[in-house]
Amino acid sequence: MTTRKTSKEPPVHPKDTLLRTERIPHIWCPGCGIGTVFGAVMAAIQKSGCDLDRLAMVSGIGCTGRMAGYIRLDSFHTTHGRAIPFATGLKLARPETKVLVVSGDGDLLAIGGNHFIHAARRNIDLTVLCVNNLNYGMTGGQQAPSTPFGAKTTTTTAGSPEEPFNFCHLAAACGAVYVARWTALHIRLLTNAITEAMQKRGFSFLEVLTPCPSSFGRRNRMGSALDTLKFYHDRSVIKNGIDPKDALLDYDNQIVVGRFVDIERPTFMDNYEALNRTQGAPSPGPEMQKGRRRP
Amino acid sequence: MSDKAVLTGTWFMNGDHACCEGALAAGCRFFAGYPITPATEVAERMSRRLPELGGVYIQMEDELASMAAILGASWGGMKAMTSTSGPGFSLMMENIGLGVCTETPCVVCNVQRAGPSTGLPTLVAQGDMMQARWGSHGHYEIIALSPSSPQEMFDFTIRAFNLSEQYRLPVIILADEVVGHMNERVVIPPADEIEVVKRRKPKVPPAEYRPYMPDADGVAPMADCGEGYRIHVTGLTHDERGYPGMNAATQGQMMERLIRKIRANRDSIIRTENVFLDDAEVVVVAYGISARSARHAVQEARTKGIRAGLIKLETVWPFPEELIRSVASRVRALVMPEINAGQMVLELERCAGGACPVRLVAHYGGALIPPASVLDAVQKAWKGKE
Repeated sequence: MTTRKTSKEPPVHPKDTLLRTERIPHIWCPGCGIGTVFGAVMAAIQKSGCDLDRLAMVSGIGCTGRMAGYIRLDSFHTTHGRAIPFATGLKLARPETKVLVVSGDGDLLAIGGNHFIHAARRNIDLTVLCVNNLNYGMTGGQQAPSTPFGAKTTTTTAGSPEEPFNFCHLAAACGAVYVARWTALHIRLLTNAITEAMQKRGFSFLEVLTPCPSSFGRRNRMGSALDTLKFYHDRSVIKNGIDPKDALLDYDNQIVVGRFVDIERPTFMDNYEALNRTQGAPSPGPEMQKGRRRP
Repeated sequence: MSDKAVLTGTWFMNGDHACCEGALAAGCRFFAGYPITPATEVAERMSRRLPELGGVYIQMEDELASMAAILGASWGGMKAMTSTSGPGFSLMMENIGLGVCTETPCVVCNVQRAGPSTGLPTLVAQGDMMQARWGSHGHYEIIALSPSSPQEMFDFTIRAFNLSEQYRLPVIILADEVVGHMNERVVIPPADEIEVVKRRKPKVPPAEYRPYMPDADGVAPMADCGEGYRIHVTGLTHDERGYPGMNAATQGQMMERLIRKIRANRDSIIRTENVFLDDAEVVVVAYGISARSARHAVQEARTKGIRAGLIKLETVWPFPEELIRSVASRVRALVMPEINAGQMVLELERCAGGACPVRLVAHYGGALIPPASVLDAVQKAWKGKE
């Protein structure tokens, strides 16, 4: 790379307009996949061409939660597990703003699990991005609802005795209109998926598997971050359109990735406004019935 | 629309409903809640009224979510409220702290019932007074109001919104089951006679805006989401830019701001109603529903020639420290009735500082304190009996 010596201004990275550059360097560990996902999020935002004053990011607590602190948008770093209900209030109060929720697997689906399923059921118009690093990274690597059976963490030194959630299956079962899973290796597909998800009206859900070499990787002999990416490369199988219940994360065989759900369903606000226009006594016409049906 | 927001007229209305009407008159257009006795009527009425006004009602999955949602809605630019009772109030504590830390205007109405735990869901208590003050972790200042009638539910809810917008924090209404459920006359004035305060907006362009840089009154102007300021809001300790600063200096500056904006303005925040106070020698200090028993007892005592007076606390937090201190120095005794085993009385004793005896008329909850119990305490205090 060459730097133009004539310019006195420091070179500007194309993504700098979306970064709170004064807050860089970030806190993420070397090899962590969150930076890659963050890059994909910024690329997707730029690609979507959406008005940056009509876009907000809401996060919970944890490594991924820090993303909201680095992006130059209206950004909210809330309490542990409560990003989705906070985002729900924000979205309903300011419907013209697109709301992107980014957080980790523990935040969204352990402590925040109840909010997750209800927001999906209500079809709140949110794009929810879950960075899944298979453990609690911020606190040093404890068991999460995503930790594979038998995997070692600081709180499961003999191996996790629990089966993890299939987040995509859960999201789809609860009514999400868009469900996809990619890994930090699939940067272009991931970027496209984020753009797609942001354009969806309703509750869209994206799971991204990321290396956590400092905590999960180290305790489970995953090698370096690069080794984890190689692992994703060798094990990932793209199965677009399959039933998410069959989209298994079987680390010994296959990591199923792809876009699993892409449907239309009225949002909470669509239904709220339609029902209240008819003063709360609607006759369930064909459109209403469609709205109530499970995908 | 606006004519529907303020139901000007004289009504026979319960306290929970009056709370809704106060909120709507103050400009509340967002409500997130979860059903709980004895506060459910607030949510029910809001669910009917808000759609008429272009507002949003949403029933959340729990009170954690309700509190988080009203914070989000407030940053979205809507005045927002939730209502609950003891068990739900406990769940809200985490995000009340987020509201305090991020300086988010909103109102929480707690219609108190007897606890601990599930307690007596349908019966009165005043057991959450200290929880309202200290319930969320960390040290902070809070504002809480204590209505004793449906009319005050209306009036104080408006004031709660105004205080929350002015000082940028969650303001708590500490009602109780009896006030919430009793029906009484509620007079709703014309809209143009109701003072409504809105959050102060930044006057500088986005590049110069520092979201937590306070004005002279200690309160920072607030840009909402979507106004082009690209704000960052975090529950981490943050500096004037809103950026995290993981060190004692930033913590010190933030705490100073959160505390000073309330303490420095306490004279305009604190309100009491003082009855027969000038020549009183036994002063009952009371709040909420118990203030009604206290008022009756004080009037009764006067007919018996006892120079009794009443300080009715409209704001329970911040506590009227200076007033109590000056009164304590010139009276025979202070008396406090409350439906708990002694909470605000601790604050009363602290402020009295030993200048006079302080008598507690306690009730464990489930019923009101009869005026006779307060009168008995007043008579004993008058005679100087322990």
